[in-house]
Amino acid sequence: MENSSKSALIIGGGIAGIQSALDLADMGIHVDMIEKKPCIGGRMAQLDKTFPTNDCSICILAPKLSECYRHPNITLYSHSEVQKVDGEMGNFSAQILKRARYIKEDACINCGLCAEKCPMRVEDEFDRQLRKRRAVYMYYLQGVPAIMTIDKEHCLWFTKNACRICEKACEREAIDFEQEDQTIKIDNIGSIIVATGYSLIEDIDNDILKNYGYKKYRNVVTALEYERLLSASGPQEGHVKRISDGKEPKRIAYLQCIGSRNDRAGKYCSAICCMYTTKEAMIAYEHNNTLESYVFYIDMRAGGKGFQSFLRRGETEYNIKYVKSKIAEIKVDNNENPIITYEDLDTAEVKQLQFDLVVLATCIIPPEGLENLAGILGIELDKNHFIKTPPFIPLETTRSGIFTCGCVHEPMDIPRSVAEASGAAARAAEIIKGG
Amino acid sequence: MAKEKKKEEKEEVRVGVFVCHCGSNIGGLIDCKTLAEYANNLPDVAHAEHNLYTCSETGLASIKKAVEENKLNRVVVASCTPRTHEPLFRECISEAGLNPYLFNFLNIRDQCTWVHMKCPEEAFEKAKDLIRMGTAKAIKLEPLDMVRVNINPSALVIGGGVAGMSAALSLSRQGFKTYLVEKEDKLGGRLNSLYKLFPHDIDASEFLDNIKKNIQNAQNLEVLTSSRVKTIDGFIGNFEIEIENQAEITKLSVGAIVVAVGSSLLTPTKLFGYDGKTRITQYELEPKLKNNEVKAKNVVMIQCVGSRIDERPYCSSVCCMTALKNALVLKESNPSINVTILFRDLYTPGTDYEEYYRKAREKGVLFIKYDLKNVPIVEEKAIKVYNEYIGEEMIIPYELLVLSTPLIANDDNKELAQMLKVPLEANKFFLEAHVKLRPNDFATDGVYVGGTAKWPVDITEAITQGYAAAARASRILSHETIEVEGATSSLPEYNKNLCTGCEVCVKVCPFHAIIKNEDDEIEIIEALCKGCGVCGATCTNQAIVIRHFTDDQIISEIEAFGG
Repeated sequence: MENSSKSALIIGGGIAGIQSALDLADMGIHVDMIEKKPCIGGRMAQLDKTFPTNDCSICILAPKLSECYRHPNITLYSHSEVQKVDGEMGNFSAQILKRARYIKEDACINCGLCAEKCPMRVEDEFDRQLRKRRAVYMYYLQGVPAIMTIDKEHCLWFTKNACRICEKACEREAIDFEQEDQTIKIDNIGSIIVATGYSLIEDIDNDILKNYGYKKYRNVVTALEYERLLSASGPQEGHVKRISDGKEPKRIAYLQCIGSRNDRAGKYCSAICCMYTTKEAMIAYEHNNTLESYVFYIDMRAGGKGFQSFLRRGETEYNIKYVKSKIAEIKVDNNENPIITYEDLDTAEVKQLQFDLVVLATCIIPPEGLENLAGILGIELDKNHFIKTPPFIPLETTRSGIFTCGCVHEPMDIPRSVAEASGAAARAAEIIKGG
Repeated sequence: MAKEKKKEEKEEVRVGVFVCHCGSNIGGLIDCKTLAEYANNLPDVAHAEHNLYTCSETGLASIKKAVEENKLNRVVVASCTPRTHEPLFRECISEAGLNPYLFNFLNIRDQCTWVHMKCPEEAFEKAKDLIRMGTAKAIKLEPLDMVRVNINPSALVIGGGVAGMSAALSLSRQGFKTYLVEKEDKLGGRLNSLYKLFPHDIDASEFLDNIKKNIQNAQNLEVLTSSRVKTIDGFIGNFEIEIENQAEITKLSVGAIVVAVGSSLLTPTKLFGYDGKTRITQYELEPKLKNNEVKAKNVVMIQCVGSRIDERPYCSSVCCMTALKNALVLKESNPSINVTILFRDLYTPGTDYEEYYRKAREKGVLFIKYDLKNVPIVEEKAIKVYNEYIGEEMIIPYELLVLSTPLIANDDNKELAQMLKVPLEANKFFLEAHVKLRPNDFATDGVYVGGTAKWPVDITEAITQGYAAAARASRILSHETIEVEGATSSLPEYNKNLCTGCEVCVKVCPFHAIIKNEDDEIEIIEALCKGCGVCGATCTNQAIVIRHFTDDQIISEIEAFGG
């Protein structure tokens, strides 16, 4: 492969960052990829299926994860963060903090013996706090790199100076409590791509969600939680059951624009909820053909390729009813069944319906720590605190040589993220090859 | 090669079988553990196991470990589909030191558990059959070499709209000789007919002039206007193109092709009283706005005219923003003008567009939702629309009615698609390789797509896709040579005496990969061959061998099924 002397730095290892990295690497350009979490894969790894083809998400993502990991032109820094960036377009340098996993990366074979023996139970972030993991853990089952990580915040050795059971359990002597964080300097970076994805409104602020009974009623969940419930590798192994009593729901309500298109939260449209809601209702129906689904919406937004026919299929083949409406309130009866009072905007009538489960399509927000990262990179954010891109100059940030793609600059679906990622790779390559 | 083959034959065959649960996609319906045990008892199987996800790093490590520990020389994976996963497993066994073609993929998900979701017992039996057959074939597999082709580091971009211009600029800036072909006499495509651009109210002409300036200043970039692609021959890395310009033919050789031919406008004949005068389309309104010709006091716009209906079921994605833009331009030039937009679902996704919608509302543009059951009725001077919210019919006067019509596929897409051997979808837009993960590739290697040729998109996304197509092409153009699929058809030396020269294979090959050469012999161009097998099946004397699907291999599968 023809190697250029300058490299590209990619911040974020979700589907956008991965696509940029693979395209650049395939052009013969060296890529350093930085991922904050212990494994790459991002949000797409958390999804059960993907619209509008209903491909199994991890199934189509996994080959890309592996490719990223094995590509001779990609160096992957997971569990790492960018601390400093100097220089200018064509010649940046970066300082990376590579956090200690307290696991010897070349020795761990991800057999899981350490986790089996670990006595600590910790809320599992990947599974949206719907189950517990151990303090030594694999970020998710199919994660790449397939290496365990010790969560310093919760490990008994680090918090109470006790335990070290994992050390005894590991047959490969891969546990290393002496490991330290490393600072790595990368020079000669031609261009940088920022693809750090998004967070969801429930990650920061539950005020807006309180109106919908979230955290108050156990049978009100967010869409990403529901996605984990649907997933075969999730906490219910793909069998959707109510959190309150383990019963299989027969009637599910999907509420759109929760915190989006809203004066008190995100004023913008989250762009993907109409479609993923339809997908989730379809999958749930495939599990249970007697299921009734109601989607309460303001406008159904389905402009992408094949999206309109997807909605039609939802309506005709999957028993999904779309109700243009405004939600007034949610209460529960004695069996914790949510009761929704709403105004039907087609008939201007106030109505009430009882459900077994309510799924909230919550607002996409900028990823945690973006303001800090923007400060390090010297790039501006827009008024919604996403990365600012100049009008009609897509993929560029306010600083030359730094590009962006995916949800970190605006909510968008996977096909657009992938196209943007390739586009950003092209722009980054212009600098590296042309300079 | 012949020597190697002999050595391989002598070697004891040791097959490893890996049965994948694919989460619950397979494992949820049939018992993968029992399947693996079943496989372990088949002839020549030295190792069998089942994995939750064979494609995960853990699963792949497990394959490599088994190859080493059990001295496997054939690997079988029974899982999802070769469409997405075959390259991964081939690479994996290649890293384990085996020839990548000593791998057989068995589809027990898409073609078994998914389609027989309601019949778990039968699906289990079918999976057993598939594993028995696939293992029997694996025993007969032979190592193959990939085919190496040279790459010409240059590109052809078809279409000089904003997507094509972006693709061409990026490719040329990356140092590749690039030809940009436009059928009209000037670059710019749809930008030439627009006034302002949403949502930033920038002049389309100013914006276009800037891009054109960049094109003029670009090195390595040659623009051919008033030109059409006449013929396309060749394959990835080595396309031969004929361009026609007023009966003059120019020949080009390029390594990759980007399709950015854009889309067309629908003339809404017979829809909502369209007459091209007081009842016009948004695109006909643009020049009137530019020349400040609109004198109407009451303007009504109707959305989804000719789209989201049975005949044309898709949403054209850009019309809502176009209507908002033109409504705002009207309001700005005359704040007392009444603008009413009749819509079905307002499509303003993301941050800027939703804000744009709010702005239009704040400026006093009136929005009324209508339903397909109650479409607006256009009368001489007023529109009757049933307002669902108040449950009454409203009569809205107008002097100007503007219809928001969708972007539609070009009439000549089919012709170009045939030349490129790429498919169109139901609405005649170009069909990409994979809607989610390969949005700017075609299934045909070396050909890429971007912009509204593929689906209606706004300008920002068209630019992005132009760049994306450039990146995908650059992955190929950045190399002097690349490797392509080795499981092709061949006319082996030892079979040449069987060939009668009847040329049936030349006629049936859908990829034009077979020719009769200067020596009057049948020749298969491997880089063009997709290994579809049609030639082998039709060959009157069984001279053609389909590598990786030899008669011997297929017969062993059939025997395994029957036995």
